[in-house]
Amino acid sequence: MNTLLNNKLTGNKDQTVSFLILAAVLFVFFPLIFDIFRLNMVAKYLSLSFAAVGLVLCWGYGGILSLGQGVFWGLGGYAMAAFLKLEAAANIAKEAGSDQIKALSTIGLPDFMDWNQITELPYIWYPFKSFPITMVMILVLPGIVAYIIGVAMFKRRVSGVYFAIITQALCWIMEILFVTRQGWTGGINGITDLRTCLGWDIRTDSAQYILYFLTVALVLGMIIVGKLILQSKLGRLLVATRDMENRVRFSGYDAADFKIFIFCLSGVISSIGGAMFALNVGFMSPKLVTIEPSIYMVIFCAFGGRLSLVGAVYGTLIVCFGRTFFSELFPESWMFLMGTTFVLITMVFPRGVAGIVEDYGPRLLALFRKRSAGAEDLRIVKQAGVS
Amino acid sequence: MSGTLFFLDIFKDYSSDELSSIFVMQGFSGISLFSVFLLMALGLAIIFGQMKVINMAHGEFLTAGAYTTVLLSDLVTKYIPAALPYYFFIAIMMAFFVAFILGYIVEKLIVSYLYERPLDTLLATWGVSMVMQQSFRLIFGAREDSATMPEWLMGSWSPTESISIPINGLFLLLMSILMTTIVLLLMYRSRWGLRVRATVQNREMSTAVGINSKKVDRWTFALGCGLAGIAGAAFTTIGSVSPSAGSLYIVDTFIVVVFGGAGSIIGTILSAFGIAQAQSILEFFLTGVLAKVFVLLAIVGILMIRPQGIVANKVRQ
Repeated sequence: MNTLLNNKLTGNKDQTVSFLILAAVLFVFFPLIFDIFRLNMVAKYLSLSFAAVGLVLCWGYGGILSLGQGVFWGLGGYAMAAFLKLEAAANIAKEAGSDQIKALSTIGLPDFMDWNQITELPYIWYPFKSFPITMVMILVLPGIVAYIIGVAMFKRRVSGVYFAIITQALCWIMEILFVTRQGWTGGINGITDLRTCLGWDIRTDSAQYILYFLTVALVLGMIIVGKLILQSKLGRLLVATRDMENRVRFSGYDAADFKIFIFCLSGVISSIGGAMFALNVGFMSPKLVTIEPSIYMVIFCAFGGRLSLVGAVYGTLIVCFGRTFFSELFPESWMFLMGTTFVLITMVFPRGVAGIVEDYGPRLLALFRKRSAGAEDLRIVKQAGVS
Repeated sequence: MSGTLFFLDIFKDYSSDELSSIFVMQGFSGISLFSVFLLMALGLAIIFGQMKVINMAHGEFLTAGAYTTVLLSDLVTKYIPAALPYYFFIAIMMAFFVAFILGYIVEKLIVSYLYERPLDTLLATWGVSMVMQQSFRLIFGAREDSATMPEWLMGSWSPTESISIPINGLFLLLMSILMTTIVLLLMYRSRWGLRVRATVQNREMSTAVGINSKKVDRWTFALGCGLAGIAGAAFTTIGSVSPSAGSLYIVDTFIVVVFGGAGSIIGTILSAFGIAQAQSILEFFLTGVLAKVFVLLAIVGILMIRPQGIVANKVRQ
């Protein structure tokens, strides 16, 4: 099925260069040209790009299209937000005598629980009292969920379209649960008003700078992890499973295990992104984890190039910036533009922006070199001809 | 099992008489939900179930059919009010043709290039659905519209004193039965259906025996979209239409088709019936959204045990 997509698999010089360019853009270029407001926006988009990076691994290389990536992203985000919210509630409790505390009947509980007549902290919130356990939860929770789904689906050889639809249903279940269990999750408003993390005010400019760089470092770290996996034997087996699952099975491997692994990993990567989102933006809402955001995550990945980890980040940034920019500029027609772009990208450039760069980049580069060094080349050629 | 105890607890508040009447009434509301599901799912059962195209724009074809009906009802009330009782039948046909032609165009321009990459159809048709939604918004405005209904569709029919059944619900049921019969006959009793099934099972072989598989694809896709258009026309009897109305139905529809077993129209009918009944009976005891969660979880659970859906097509892959 994927003959179109079979390109060079493992690391080479080009990929290292593109990775370094991305690092330079994120670490140096953006902080230089953007003020802190725009930079925070980039950080927000980068938190989404984690999901796209995860999708490159599980969709691009593993052949598993998950329409429920928002579930994992949301789990991480809600876990982080729960921790921050408890801290915020504890801080309010400390300022006894303030107006806010007088308005609450239960001190030390998140405000939305108070509004929903919950007087005791629900058990599922207990782990989020401690920072280390929250960190572990961000990594383990999506891993467990993905593992259960993965075992149930891949061991029974559910794949392709069916898997996509089932993950979409899971996304819906999660949305309904998070919206209706208001006392536990903050309902449709989500968890808002997050201010400090371990006593550190995350809303100051300096904190947002630090969080931006932390997000960038984590994205780049995820790309490296992904690249290492793809370069290993495991990566080759993944691609083999994607392209010819039965042959892998006949060779004595349990193809399902590789799929489960990559699905779990992509879930964990997304979850880290969700957690960074909660830190960067200061709230978490069920609107961010529903069906539509999950499809957007797939679109980020497809736009950037489903076979390029670096491309996934560019794809997210381009689509997000494009959405913000065009919806302000052409409020009526930007949907046409986005829609047609997705259609064109899927049909004409299935490898996304990364594919375009890979196909036309070298030619452009060659053209550029020829112009600047044309005379030099000519002389060498002449000399070679003479001798 | 805590689950069963939980339900017994709920039941204990009602007498057995009350319980049976609850089941009857909820059963009928389940039947109208069933006809809604079935009408939506028929088109997708062909496009997704047979052709394996993930048509995310299916809901928008439904909206196109609904807007056609609204437009026609506006024209009729303005110029020939006398025809109001009868226009609805023409509206259904027009809704079919509008959605059919739109589907034909989408297939020719986009989907026909993507049969080798079924997962990519999801992205492309998502783009199509964005474009279509925005077109509806520009043409008809963002607010909700509704069609003027002929008198005979309003009101309700009461066979006994305690039961009253809304006429539009009955109409939907009749429509869904009629459409299902037509689709079943088309797929399993006509030469064209034979060609469709042959192409689905083995494209190369069907081409080799002289089936124009491109033409079959195009007409099948367009027919599926046309059916969505009819569903849209039928839905104007029970609700209003807005540019994004179709996207509300799309996930439900996919789940109905997958649960029934893609590739089997009988499966789609059974699954629409099962899901609708379970949901409306549960809805009486739980809140609507929780009933939905229970039903969805049950579906996911059953699909884990039986990934091929309720009715599996016995075809060698």
